[in-house]
Amino acid sequence: MTDSALPMTAAMANRAPRKLVLNEKRVRSRYAAERRFRAYGIAAIAFGLFFLAWLFVTLVVQGYGALQQSKMRLDVNLDAATLAPGGKVDDTTLRAADYTALLRTALRDTLGVGSDRAQRREAYALLSNGADNELRRIVMADPTLIGKTVPVWVSASADVDTLIKGQIARDLPENQRRLKDRQIAWVDKLVADNRLKKRFNGALFVNGASSDPEQAGMGVAIIGSMYMMLVVLLTALPVGVAAAVYLEEFAARNRWTDLIEVNINNLAAVPSIVFGLLGLAIFLNFFGMPRSAPVVGGLVLSLMTLPVVIIATRASIKAVPPSIREAALGVGASKMQVITHHVLPLALPGILTGTIIGMARALGETAPLLLIGMVAFVVAYPATPFDPATALPVQIYMWAGAPERSFVERTSAAILILLAFLIVMNAAAVLLRRRFERRW
Amino acid sequence: MLVRTLTAGTFTAALAVLSFGPAQARDQIQIAGSSTVLPFANIAAEQFGKAFAGKFKTPIVESGGSSAGLKNFCGGVGEKTIDIANSSRKIKPSEIEECKKNGVAEIQEIKIGYDGIVFASSVKTGHFALEPKHVYLAVAAQVPVKGALAANPYKNWKEIDPKLPDQPIQIFIPGEKHGTREVFEEKVLEAGCHDFPEIKAIADAKARANACKAVRKDGLSVDIDGDYTETLARIQRTPTAVGVFGLSFYEQNKDKIQVATVSGIVPTVESIADGKYPVSRPLYFYVKKAHLSVIPGLKEYVEFFLSDKVVGDEGMATDKGLIPMPATERTSVRAAFSKGALVN
Repeated sequence: MTDSALPMTAAMANRAPRKLVLNEKRVRSRYAAERRFRAYGIAAIAFGLFFLAWLFVTLVVQGYGALQQSKMRLDVNLDAATLAPGGKVDDTTLRAADYTALLRTALRDTLGVGSDRAQRREAYALLSNGADNELRRIVMADPTLIGKTVPVWVSASADVDTLIKGQIARDLPENQRRLKDRQIAWVDKLVADNRLKKRFNGALFVNGASSDPEQAGMGVAIIGSMYMMLVVLLTALPVGVAAAVYLEEFAARNRWTDLIEVNINNLAAVPSIVFGLLGLAIFLNFFGMPRSAPVVGGLVLSLMTLPVVIIATRASIKAVPPSIREAALGVGASKMQVITHHVLPLALPGILTGTIIGMARALGETAPLLLIGMVAFVVAYPATPFDPATALPVQIYMWAGAPERSFVERTSAAILILLAFLIVMNAAAVLLRRRFERRW
Repeated sequence: MLVRTLTAGTFTAALAVLSFGPAQARDQIQIAGSSTVLPFANIAAEQFGKAFAGKFKTPIVESGGSSAGLKNFCGGVGEKTIDIANSSRKIKPSEIEECKKNGVAEIQEIKIGYDGIVFASSVKTGHFALEPKHVYLAVAAQVPVKGALAANPYKNWKEIDPKLPDQPIQIFIPGEKHGTREVFEEKVLEAGCHDFPEIKAIADAKARANACKAVRKDGLSVDIDGDYTETLARIQRTPTAVGVFGLSFYEQNKDKIQVATVSGIVPTVESIADGKYPVSRPLYFYVKKAHLSVIPGLKEYVEFFLSDKVVGDEGMATDKGLIPMPATERTSVRAAFSKGALVN
């Protein structure tokens, strides 16, 4: 052995010493290619991040203003004769009382406006149309205030708000502004007297739709979206899991199941408007369910989410090792016990992740809601999922088309609220996966 | 266990959903239709809800366009169908037929006022004093040149009329799916082209109208399929351009755009209301008579909408940009509604 090996080594030693790595130039170019390849990846990520950052920065810059709303402090004389004629204080009289008149009197007194009609109209334009609602809420919460003069903070009109926030330049010629010189002088006086200030805009999160930007809020849209997500969770999850379990654990592999599988995958890629048409035909026209109702919206979105849930569930059921099933069967468990006691609990993190991601996609949909009447102006809160409501993306769409300047910042703020919901949902999906995922 | 619970849950949910549907009686007015009428319907609905708090619910107003609204409206009678269709145009005979076929035999037409359509350009550039003729010559695909129709040669407003600003022609007009386009064609393009002998020479009325309405495709006239927000954004990017807006949109954005006069008339609520400013159209809503006695508050809503508080000279819809009808017309519309006059 050594004999035969020796000549070989000698022969090799005779040759010029060879490097381990051949042909340096080619190697260098290979390394360079790899570096370029990595650079493309980094460039792609940077490209994406750049636009994401751009989006976020513009939204925040445009939208943060909507978190504040200009409010006016007025010393309102809660005149008993106006609020409760005849000394009768009950809900009906208090609800119907003329709060606008009280506010207007207080505003006139503050500004020192006389009886000139044009001047009065200009003064009243500083006050929000919905300010009477705000005063009504204050009085109904505490009827003992009646008869007293109390300082209250009520919303100023959107025109005042845009002036205070500097969204409309005040040095423009008078005919290019919404507010006249006299109105600007009044606003300045109110600001100087500490009677006009930007305060937190709670209405943005609680109120329903309104024609007046200063009174408009996402409340109905948030509730509507939550109802829809609840319906999606209650329908798409059980139906999707049942379908996936059957296909994965029971169904025989044949042409039929192949056909079903192809169809499910296709369904996941169908444009969402198609589901809206389906919802209109089935839920509204055939079953006669109410228009504009979140329950219908939820069912339509469930149909859209269903394929995603089925695909995710099948994938995570497939990922459960067969040894677990075999072990359970080996100790005498029935097929159903194997599935409910072992397979489903182990597959659960994957199922939930898939469901949440599907729901997050459904949360951002407007197109299917258009046809079932949810792209609508809804003022009142829906008490049940059967009452009319809108959804978050719908509210964004409707505000984006509104002519009033104040809706620009509200649109951005609404987008930020929607993004916050999406981030919370996606974070929950990541968290669930991290926390409960098992590896074998 | 898990599977059993899930299955039971699904069935219960499905049953609840199915049984709930038909049992529910509607006590809320449902409206759908034109996005031009939407802001006025919104404010009326909102204030109606406020005025009748505790008695009637605030109506639901859907957006989506006149045609979609009327299609929906003509779908049938009963609780499951909408009560009112907002429309920025008159209902078509074909739509009335469709309505009749589906059992909506009695339709009441309510005119609410007018919508003014204005031309506006950036405040940074020249002021336009337009005539319908100018717009026609700027927009049309073929214009009269030396006695015959030829491909539109104009590239600058100055070439059309020396009094117009020395600016390249760039005009944003409403896309064909918009109701505004029809008004633009009828009140501006057709009005502007009929005086030319070359157009008069076309014998066939249809061919003549088409010659007036055909829009140039060389990029100087751009169809905007989005809303006025898009037109405004484009004007801010190209300050030399002219765009078509609704009067209310212009009034909200006076710091960015200036309005052009048409035939020497500045579009204002007053000049449109008395008919001096030519480019305007009536706005309507249609209500099902059969629903008036069934849906609570429907009759009151229509009356509220027609009150001076909403559509009067200082009404809240007027504040939002609706052009009010003259007082006498308002009275006759109200009278026609209470008499139960039908469209036919």
